[in-house]
Amino acid sequence: MEQAQNRDIILSCRNVSKAFGGTQALDDVQFDIARGEVHALLGENGAGKSTLMKIIIGLFKADKGAITFDGKPYHAKDPSDAIRKGISMIHQELNPEYYLTIAENIFLKREDVRGGVFLNKKATNRKAQEILDHLNVKLNAKTLIEELTLAQCQIIEIIKAISFDAKLIIMDEPTSSLDSEETEALFNMIRHLKSQGVSIVYISHRMDEIFQICDHVSVFRDGRFVGSDLIENVDREKLIAMMVGRKVKNIFPKTECAIGETVLRVENLSGKGFSDISFEVRAGEILGISGLVGSGRSETMRALIGLDRLESGKIYLDGQEIKIRSVRQAVSQGICMVNEDRKNYGLCLHRSIRENVSLPTLRVMHRKLLINKRKEIKDTTEAAQSLTVKAGSMELDAYSLSGGNQQKVVLAKWLMAHPKVLILDEPTRGVDVGAKSEIHNLMGTFAAEGMAIVMISSELPEIMGISDRILIYREGRLNGEVSRQDVLAGRETQETILAREF
Amino acid sequence: MRKVERSPRSILRMDQTELSIFMRRYGIGLVMLGMIVLLAVISPTFRKPSNVISILLQISINGILALGMVFVITAGGIDLSIGSMLALTSVIVGAVLNSTGSIALACILAVSATTFFGLINGLLVAKFKMFPFVVTLATQLVIRGVAYIISGGYSASLANADFKNIGNGKVFGTIPIPVIILFAVAILAFIIMHWTVFGRYIYAVGGNINSAVASGVNVFWTRTFSFVIMGFCAGVAGVIMTSRISAAQPNIGVGYETDAIAACVIGGTSFSGGIATIPGTMFGIVIIGLIYNGMNLVGINSYWQTITKGLLIIGAVMLDMFMNKRK
Repeated sequence: MEQAQNRDIILSCRNVSKAFGGTQALDDVQFDIARGEVHALLGENGAGKSTLMKIIIGLFKADKGAITFDGKPYHAKDPSDAIRKGISMIHQELNPEYYLTIAENIFLKREDVRGGVFLNKKATNRKAQEILDHLNVKLNAKTLIEELTLAQCQIIEIIKAISFDAKLIIMDEPTSSLDSEETEALFNMIRHLKSQGVSIVYISHRMDEIFQICDHVSVFRDGRFVGSDLIENVDREKLIAMMVGRKVKNIFPKTECAIGETVLRVENLSGKGFSDISFEVRAGEILGISGLVGSGRSETMRALIGLDRLESGKIYLDGQEIKIRSVRQAVSQGICMVNEDRKNYGLCLHRSIRENVSLPTLRVMHRKLLINKRKEIKDTTEAAQSLTVKAGSMELDAYSLSGGNQQKVVLAKWLMAHPKVLILDEPTRGVDVGAKSEIHNLMGTFAAEGMAIVMISSELPEIMGISDRILIYREGRLNGEVSRQDVLAGRETQETILAREF
Repeated sequence: MRKVERSPRSILRMDQTELSIFMRRYGIGLVMLGMIVLLAVISPTFRKPSNVISILLQISINGILALGMVFVITAGGIDLSIGSMLALTSVIVGAVLNSTGSIALACILAVSATTFFGLINGLLVAKFKMFPFVVTLATQLVIRGVAYIISGGYSASLANADFKNIGNGKVFGTIPIPVIILFAVAILAFIIMHWTVFGRYIYAVGGNINSAVASGVNVFWTRTFSFVIMGFCAGVAGVIMTSRISAAQPNIGVGYETDAIAACVIGGTSFSGGIATIPGTMFGIVIIGLIYNGMNLVGINSYWQTITKGLLIIGAVMLDMFMNKRK
């Protein structure tokens, strides 16, 4: 760390904290970036990397702490303020104006106008072309963004940042959808920027890239800054050890129950974002699925229940091959999924709890033309009560409930369908600690009743605590399996699991 | 955001909760009552039973259209083609009636035709994921064109006295037949919307289409069928209208979608979908009738009626946003 003394610090964060509701997303974070440095930011999902970056570009406001940029106290009101002050962020999901040209995009909101009214297209195109040529990017400034590849769009975003005289560019998973050639082009651009004294924050899960392009690395864990070092001084193992560290406090006492026959078996599932996935889950078993966001875990499950397209692969339920083309078919076969995106895929927020809970099972429970409202009220109230949903009335909008209670409403609605297989995607995200352990308890109860449960989670302690078996995803494929015995015996730890995810 | 009390439920709190839910759904009914009381106080004519009947007769056509429209809007759509459907009904009734003399056949064919076009609207929206606004803006032209072709562009007077009776006749010598039909449609709409699985799916699809798909709701048929209901209602309203004017005309019905949409919105139907009630829609329909009738009685000219209606729609939408705290 001796070089640290000589670093020419451009951005420095001191004691930055930020909480969302009850969760401390950032806790007293210290973070420095030097001029002309490519600085990798590493950490598990939810470690606080994105939160810190969003504070820097003005999307969030820090609860406390101070940021210094280029020697002056810094605070960005919003992303455009950050850009004016010299900090740009290249988001993972780009949102360019598709029907504008490259030149128009680069000079968006600072158009060259004659007499304050008319666009000076010629001058704009010429200036944009000069920048492109100077950076050795072989594109015509008059090309529509729509016609560019994703990699090219990214380059344009970077050029836009440079044209604002950015001194610091934050790149969030810039290579996640690039092939190796495009990645190399991006790296050349990064090297060029570096030689111009521009600093880069490089957020990535890909270790190889970090070792290839970065000078410095900082590790975050549970909203805290763990440490920072020159890339020469660290190796893969050391970084993984830094990322882990949270103790698996108590192995969750899953209701011990006999594990029965295989209920669901899938073979060679492939689709967008995942390929060649095979696994099985038994009655009474909780199968944990671990992996980084975007590693294909949710994508597999969405395709499995018919929400997205499954390109190939076979699904067997109770030994019989089944075809699932829509969620309706999955539900009627007894496969239900609690989606990770509760607001968009779980609930109809402006309808009542009762209506939300009964929705998937209306057709089956009320075979006659009319809904038997008395039965509906009785059944949904029972389901809600068995999951201890706390609400004044079943007629309240789902909107008015807390996150934990909303999640219980989603669980209640699927419980009504008496599923054989229940898939839970991040069931405890955005849920307070109390509700979290209640949800874990419920999962144990469901399993004890003979349900087969698949749980996706980004939280290693959660997944290690509750699962009978853990499948590990890495970049769209399965990369190993861990049993509860391995975890209990200490043969498998957070380090060994995480190492297989990166 | 309102916080839900986590303490054990008390009778008192339940009442408050239920009261607020009730107010949110049917609060517009109080506005209607207020208007009725106000008009009754200032206008003696308003209080006459004959005036009450005449208001109900006036709102019957728009009412039936609004009761169809509420399904479409609640499922997240809109239908601009209903004005043309009225014209199509009119010319089909005219053509069939004048050539065969069968009232039943004329009505059945006319209503089938608009129902069919409702199906086309629905399929274009649900199958090809086209915007309902654009689809119905276009089919409106197609349907109007078909009406002109069938009629050859001419109006035809209808001499059949029995057919005239549909729009002008009275049951027990007091209640006009269109009013009876309006209430029949309203009861049917109430049952479908509030008591059937399909009605619940309408709410789910309009409220959050992703969640509806992820809950196994057949989104395709739900959306399509909402337009089919609208087409059916437009046919029924068209038959009444044709009967009342005793003529088959290809150019009638222009602008009728505005009042139907207005009635829904005033009645608490959310334009973003998923929120509506049939009683609320009925209140909206009556309120529009009261605006016309009341202002006529008080002697305000029709230009001001139009302005009032426009302002009321804006007010109703703002109320909806305020009540439901939409983004």
